[in-house]
Amino acid sequence: MGLAVFYILAAVILVSALFVVTLRNIFHSALMLIVCFFGVAGLYASLNADFLAAVQVLIYVGAVTILIIFAVMVTHQLSGKKIRQYNDQPVPAGLIIISLFLLFVVSLSKTGFEVVKSISSSPTVEGIGKALMTSYVLPFEVVSIVLLVALIGAIVIARKD
Amino acid sequence: MFELGGIFEAIGKWLNGFLPPVWVTIISAVITGLAVLGFLSLLALFLVWWERKISAHMQQRYGPMRTGWHGVLQTIADGVKLLQKEDLMPKDADRIVYFWAPIICFGAAFMAYLVVPFGKGIIVQDLNIGILYIIAITTFTVVSLLMAGWASNNKWALLGGMRSAAQIISYEVPLSLAIVGAVMLAQTLSMNGIVSAQAGGFWHWYVFREPLGFLVYYIAATAEANRTPFDIPEAEQELVAGFNIEYSGMKFAMFFLAEFVNMFTVSAIAVTLFFGGWQPLFSFLGFIPSWVWFMGKSLVSVFVLMWFRWTYPRIRVDQLMNFAWKFLLPLAFLNIILVGFGIVVFK
Amino acid sequence: MPTVDHYLVLSGLLFCIGAFGLLTRRNAIGVLMSIELMFNSANINFISFSKFLTPQALTGQAFAVFVITIAAAEAAVGLAIVVLMYRNFDVVDVDYIDFMRW
Repeated sequence: MGLAVFYILAAVILVSALFVVTLRNIFHSALMLIVCFFGVAGLYASLNADFLAAVQVLIYVGAVTILIIFAVMVTHQLSGKKIRQYNDQPVPAGLIIISLFLLFVVSLSKTGFEVVKSISSSPTVEGIGKALMTSYVLPFEVVSIVLLVALIGAIVIARKD
Repeated sequence: MFELGGIFEAIGKWLNGFLPPVWVTIISAVITGLAVLGFLSLLALFLVWWERKISAHMQQRYGPMRTGWHGVLQTIADGVKLLQKEDLMPKDADRIVYFWAPIICFGAAFMAYLVVPFGKGIIVQDLNIGILYIIAITTFTVVSLLMAGWASNNKWALLGGMRSAAQIISYEVPLSLAIVGAVMLAQTLSMNGIVSAQAGGFWHWYVFREPLGFLVYYIAATAEANRTPFDIPEAEQELVAGFNIEYSGMKFAMFFLAEFVNMFTVSAIAVTLFFGGWQPLFSFLGFIPSWVWFMGKSLVSVFVLMWFRWTYPRIRVDQLMNFAWKFLLPLAFLNIILVGFGIVVFK
Repeated sequence: MPTVDHYLVLSGLLFCIGAFGLLTRRNAIGVLMSIELMFNSANINFISFSKFLTPQALTGQAFAVFVITIAAAEAAVGLAIVVLMYRNFDVVDVDYIDFMRW
């Protein structure tokens, strides 16, 4: 049962990710990206990470992909069908990627993980909140500053003078 | 006596008597799905009629009067008319995207009802991230509007889609931050948990603990539901009809129904977070079934939304953005700080 | 039940797909989308480690929150640059933006 769910989600994620990088129409790529993010959210839900599943949908689908679609719409004369979407190096890129994946598989097979018997699913919201406010309070503050800087930076860059 | 929660439990028990558990799960999922779908369709039919009557009476007219008693069957007649219409598609439309946009729009509106507590024990699935789930799943509405705007291959549709996406995203920020206040008070994200935390009379409702949060939520929710004074996306007089200009027949009906369902969704969330959900006004009024309280409060909230529409003029698109970012957002932050202080001081 | 290796292979594949898009796309928006895919594969790793190796501590889930935040910041700045590029040079082609090269 769990394995079947995993394979379905994995198929959704990988097929939509392939569409994201290969479709000619960039708007369709963005829509496929949404499908991929939704599949990943489903994967999180199956990994006892319900809070992160919701955050994934909220941030990625609700904010990042919408921003991307906006950028596509603003620049859409250029992403029409006549314009080339790829450079001339798909073959070298493919070779590099395949060797990268082989490297992953080799290193994965050589690593033994100490898998802990996982306990039944419990609400994670409280645990994440406590972790963010105690052990990881410094990264938490740093990341909020990064977010603020990015926000101001984006406004400054995109502003019409 | 008239609590519906018991009926669902009884059906579950009856099915468990002679069926394996997997089948019970599947059958109950199908039954609840169909029940919610049927409820929402009836509700949308009713709300469309109600809005027409309210608008008419506010303008000293009668509104629909011919079909049925005071025109109650008017929406059904309209629906039949829409079903019979030819399903047009623009010549250069992006066919697949054009087809899926209304389905995703309605699906997103429908999926939110997974966690809405209609009454004591009447909730499809009480997820422990309940309210976060609603915020997350309703973002698909924005995606569907952008899809519709893009796929129609029409500049009015594209403009309407982009405007509505910008508006909904902008107002989602103060909306989510206003919800944080209620979550802080209840110390849970689960919808049932938030309702239970407000038990024991109307002075325990969160609208009295954080009126500022309610104000921010309600204004932002009006914008989320694309209602006047924030109905820029549809702005009949400027954009013809916005993102749905090229849609006709059944697909248009789905957008239209989704709009009214969304209006009820934001009202139901407002009632759950700030008005005690299905909790009675006083505890001695508990003999009235909980779902009556919930529906009553929600319909009052829907009425107020309709009242807004026929009272205020539409605001300009630049004023809209300024209002969200420069006024509502600081107020939402102020509300969080005040609630935090309140929790520390009064506990 | 799927083991930790299942999730790691999946995230490796997702990372490779994202990297392939990053190397072959010319459209800057397409490049950004590929980067988002790679962020997601990292997050899958974090969360599967969190479940299988440290189920009590939630370390991986807390870090996934940081990754999501950084990804959002990256998308905002990246798309601002794309819009600026479009406004000033009328292109969104990363091969074209090479005049800072010596």
